[in-house]
Amino acid sequence: MTDAATGAAGLTDLVTTSRIIICSGSGGVGKTTTAAVVAMEAANVGRRAVVVTIDPAKRLADALGLDGIGNTPKRIDGPWPGELWAVMLDTKSTFDDLVTTYSAEPEQAERILANRFYKNISGALSGTQEYMAMEKLYELHNSTDFDLVVVDTPPSRNALDFLDAPKRLTRFLDHRLYRVIMAPTRGVMKAVNVAAQAFVRQVSKVVGASVFEDAVTFFQAFDGMEAGFKDRAEHVLQLLTSPATSYVLVASPKRDTVAEARFFAEKLGEADIPIAALVVNRMHPHFTDELPEALRERSETFAGSDLGGLYRNLADFSLVAHREEEHLAGLAQMVEPAPVIRVPFLRTDVHDLTGLALVGDHLFGRS
Amino acid sequence: MDPAQFFTASRLLIVAGKGGVGKTTVSATVALAAARSGLSSLIIEVEGKSGLASMFGVPAFSYDEVELTEGVRARTLTPDEALVEYLEDSDMSRISKRLMTSGALDMVSTAIPGIRDILVLGKIKQMERAGLADLLILDAPAAGHAISFLQSASGLADAVPIGPINNQAKDVLALLGDPERCQVMLVTLPEETPVNELVETAYQLEDRVGISLGPVVVNGLYPPLTGLDADPSAAAEAAGASLRPGEADALDAAATFRRERMELQAEQVGRLAEALPLPQLSLPYLFDAELGPAQLEQLAASMLDGIGGLS
Repeated sequence: MTDAATGAAGLTDLVTTSRIIICSGSGGVGKTTTAAVVAMEAANVGRRAVVVTIDPAKRLADALGLDGIGNTPKRIDGPWPGELWAVMLDTKSTFDDLVTTYSAEPEQAERILANRFYKNISGALSGTQEYMAMEKLYELHNSTDFDLVVVDTPPSRNALDFLDAPKRLTRFLDHRLYRVIMAPTRGVMKAVNVAAQAFVRQVSKVVGASVFEDAVTFFQAFDGMEAGFKDRAEHVLQLLTSPATSYVLVASPKRDTVAEARFFAEKLGEADIPIAALVVNRMHPHFTDELPEALRERSETFAGSDLGGLYRNLADFSLVAHREEEHLAGLAQMVEPAPVIRVPFLRTDVHDLTGLALVGDHLFGRS
Repeated sequence: MDPAQFFTASRLLIVAGKGGVGKTTVSATVALAAARSGLSSLIIEVEGKSGLASMFGVPAFSYDEVELTEGVRARTLTPDEALVEYLEDSDMSRISKRLMTSGALDMVSTAIPGIRDILVLGKIKQMERAGLADLLILDAPAAGHAISFLQSASGLADAVPIGPINNQAKDVLALLGDPERCQVMLVTLPEETPVNELVETAYQLEDRVGISLGPVVVNGLYPPLTGLDADPSAAAEAAGASLRPGEADALDAAATFRRERMELQAEQVGRLAEALPLPQLSLPYLFDAELGPAQLEQLAASMLDGIGGLS
């Protein structure tokens, strides 16, 4: 088998057997497209697949029939024996659902949902989007409607934000500072040290009293729900690190994105998470085995003529191809024994299902 | 246009665009081109490691300012660091350490979204006021975040009606709204999705932030080349050379690929010009293996050429 065929076979295997596939990598490398194509392939082999996308480019969203409304999967019709569903992550609704699930009574949920501080958490607290992406994944995985859930991770500098996010939020909700804030209302003033009180007063002087009251009201309303959240976060984390979950690293062959991909691979490795496949998008074509230096020399011999220009051009692309393979070599070694799948530069961006299918042909070795 | 006049059109230039389009490369190019025009510049990084140091061939830097090359300095600026400075300046240095270690910034920034951004922008405003260089270049966060980043001031001015944060937000708004102090330089690749997103970002920045937009930079255009339309065998004959076996096909396939890519690029550049009536500057795609000082020099020369051609 050729390398390309081995790679494609490896990926096909994943699509056929995994319960969860997480596509991770830095921004702008085609993660969302890759996730959508992987889910589509699962539908092709007869499985019921759902892809969770985060902030897709508009035309891709259109291709998937996502209009940004709602937080529930929509079915995409196509010529596959299985099912293909797509959902665009709505961070706030997902969080709202969680609050509703874990509140002791409807009034508690209402109080929280109406609170301004809560609205800020669901919109602005760093890591919330990552957490909700994983929460959505957990929810879809647990429903009996799907055999495979494919997610693309939010673009983030920190490779493991999505693994860290659930813990981060529970840490946030459990912060000792809140106990300080809450203390006066709980009547345990004497337990709170004077310095902490002074600190809180000073902070509230800077940010304004009303802002502070919102926070206090939130934590009062939230009181008692931390345990449920923590528990859930624990389950999500277990699922993410279980063998049912496969990680596909997506990259492009540019030097800086390969560097970021290596960083991702390293971090996943440290967390004992194996990479199941490496997809490299936007590879330049390989036109010749001749070395760029030799071609460059010939272009200089014939400088000024058409032939000189043609050699120069071939030299340019030979250089790019060599450079891309050089960048990838180290990365491929790092993710061993994971297969490496190379997807060429495509003429146009993905506009519709036909475009997705075309990427699929490259990804799964049919072209 | 005279480059010196171009680079001093505003004191602060915010370089923005979606991830992967080459914002940092463009920031470095602007800085070097300004230096070659006799102006000093300071590049401000807000997202940590970026490869800026290696482009100039110097060791990695951080919060402390470093010289990248003559006339070009750089430093990073993070919300945490800006907060400490802010608190120290506002006579609250005693609590700054606690805020940092207790993770309280997380809570404060949740209570008031945008506070991290305003801390950074406030610090930049202060640097602009201090006249630290002829030109300050901010290598902005990636596109989606760039809008909320720049919008933080107007949001906060409303959310926090009085006090130091309100003052800070108002000062930043004044900076962002003054075209003589601040402009945005948007960067894109000559490709469909990046162009679409750039156009969207441009209108959002104008409508929601009210910030003035400078020229757009199209990064990574294939440079023109003679002979791409020629038939390899005929070209060889004309040059009195003979091709090796298989070479004609390789030359032809590579030329066809380049021609097609160049057509697609031209199409996108045209689309951008139509959708966005802003002057365009372009930077060539570099086939070289590394982006180092020599390549940066090439890009800066290319940018200076482009500026010379602007009216």
